[in-house]
Amino acid sequence: MIRVQREDFDVGAEIEALTRGKTGIGGVASFIGLMRDVAGGSAIRAMTLEHYPGMTERELERIETEAQRRWPLIASLVIHRYGRLEPGDRIVMVATASAHRAAAFEACEFLMDYLKTKAPFWKQEETPEGPRWVAAETSDDAAAARWTKEGGG
Amino acid sequence: MRLLYFAHLRDKIGIAEERLDPPPGVADVAALIEWLKGRGPKFAAALANPKALRVAVNQTYVGWQHPVTPGDEVAIFPPVTGG
Repeated sequence: MIRVQREDFDVGAEIEALTRGKTGIGGVASFIGLMRDVAGGSAIRAMTLEHYPGMTERELERIETEAQRRWPLIASLVIHRYGRLEPGDRIVMVATASAHRAAAFEACEFLMDYLKTKAPFWKQEETPEGPRWVAAETSDDAAAARWTKEGGG
Repeated sequence: MRLLYFAHLRDKIGIAEERLDPPPGVADVAALIEWLKGRGPKFAAALANPKALRVAVNQTYVGWQHPVTPGDEVAIFPPVTGG
């Protein structure tokens, strides 16, 4: 399941809802992305996440489908927020559930790596020097590329 | 054709969305970008570096040789920075 929303989310409630009644699950891996108060040597007061309504959901669904194809997942969840966020706020949550931990860990990391390089979101930071668009990281491309080598696709 | 611009590309161009009828010779993404660059200095500056552009046609990533047709939704944006 994927959700793109302005509102915050409750990590515990989301994992409970994701796994309830699915007693074949032996392990859940989750990643929660938070907003940092510093980036590139500047203090960040706040950040605004822009997205492309429609395509963002389609890309996240495509990435989730790919994760389900590669690993035996029993359940998966991606929540990504948009709008204005302040330091400490939750930005993104990925949770993956499987019979065994290896698939859950790997699929969770894959989902994060892929959404960072494919899902159409853009961050603009509020710095003491004014607003600043965040530049894409080549390290994120490298992180996503290793799955291409390992997965053959 | 519906054109969408996002993030700092939108800031540079000054508009988020427009409806356009490119001339018949504009048949793929590369030709569309070239034609857009000729529409003014803001477009020329925003679209100058092809490596810094990502293009989606009807909400799917495409390459520069992908065809474009009058009914398409074409989005042009910088590399994404979510997560």
